[in-house]
Amino acid sequence: MSLVTATIKRDLIIAARNPGEWLNPLMFFLMVLALFPLAVDPDPKFLSKIAAGVVWVAALLATLLSLDALFKADVEDGTLEQWLASGESLYAMALGKVFVHWCISGLPLTLVAPLLALMMNLPDDAYAALFFSLLLGTPILSLLGAVGAALTAGVRSGGLLLSLVILPLYIPILIFGASAVYHAGIGMEYAGQLGFLASFLCISMTLTPFAVAGALKLNLSR
Amino acid sequence: MTRSAPVDESKWFTTHCDLSAHDVSCERDDRILFENLSFTVKKGDLIQLAGPNGAGKTTLLRLMAGLNQDFDGEVRWYDENIQSCFQDYARQRLYIGHLSAIKKVLTPLENLRWFVSSWPEVSEDALWQALEEVTLAGYEDIPCQQLSAGQQRRVALARLLVTPTPLWILDEPFTALDKAGVAWLEALLALHVNRGGSVLITSHHALSDIPALRQIELGVQK
Repeated sequence: MSLVTATIKRDLIIAARNPGEWLNPLMFFLMVLALFPLAVDPDPKFLSKIAAGVVWVAALLATLLSLDALFKADVEDGTLEQWLASGESLYAMALGKVFVHWCISGLPLTLVAPLLALMMNLPDDAYAALFFSLLLGTPILSLLGAVGAALTAGVRSGGLLLSLVILPLYIPILIFGASAVYHAGIGMEYAGQLGFLASFLCISMTLTPFAVAGALKLNLSR
Repeated sequence: MTRSAPVDESKWFTTHCDLSAHDVSCERDDRILFENLSFTVKKGDLIQLAGPNGAGKTTLLRLMAGLNQDFDGEVRWYDENIQSCFQDYARQRLYIGHLSAIKKVLTPLENLRWFVSSWPEVSEDALWQALEEVTLAGYEDIPCQQLSAGQQRRVALARLLVTPTPLWILDEPFTALDKAGVAWLEALLALHVNRGGSVLITSHHALSDIPALRQIELGVQK
């Protein structure tokens, strides 16, 4: 077993033993969607109009919440040093790390979103669009977020910096994701938006691991 | 702790250490840590880096391990810059920093399994034996957070018993070990040197019992 697969397996075991860490963003997501109808006009028509945007914003912020911890523990306990010392590809390592992050943040969000969207009275036609836009969009959020997390891993309170670095990059994803769901809801074609998300996923999957690897190296060469 | 099973020394590693530093100089925060340092680490060498706190011992160790490229001069493995043959070099040396890279929610066995995942030839039996030798038999299934600092250090050091590399680079390995642990590690270092391995170590501990010992004094020039 190579170090990359061993790391993926190990991180999944750690996540399984520390469920609080990844359940927290999921709870946040649930609470936002549960509280929103209570705080604004509970009229179903109004809710169904804003549902697409609210679900996507909540998913984005929930992902952001989980990012801070992505590399922090590994930097602090010396795991990262051992990665670097192992001589194995940091690119593959970064991709593996993001994969685990998506498995415990983006994937559960994608799976529960259609259930929670019920509370927002999402139009019937939009459920498929919601599921697929999140399925394509949340890995992008993890990939882009990993760049910010890697840059700020060595900073004492990097959370604020992380949000500032990453949020601007998230905006196109949010716009296309939410618009796919909204257009599906009013009965229009939404393949274009999904196509954009898919192409953006391909680009970020190939390019961001370079940035993550570079940022992590920078963190350790002090 | 005594050596239980004798290691078959002929099979332990296939190449010998040939690491050399050429005119290595390093400066941190406008302070020269060391200048024009040249030395070689060959088969059977035990080199202890000595000097007061902040003299640059860890820095020198990290750059010899190839983890730090921010220095002048060159470090070579078999007459080739270590950065250009890094993967090859990484498989021939074991680096244990003062951060142990132990994951606290995992058991000693799981931690060890991750450490040796780059060496697929290491068997599961060997891991159990190594844990037994560092007197952690019976603790295999207990999360490391319930172990003492010294026991965690022993988990990290158990790698020395299973990873077949000629060169060991160890940063303060005696930290947190009890008397028996110190004696065991000293014996292990002597054994490694005797079977043709090489050790580069920082420690404030006197290693004078081992005849092969050479010292490099840092931080003497003002």
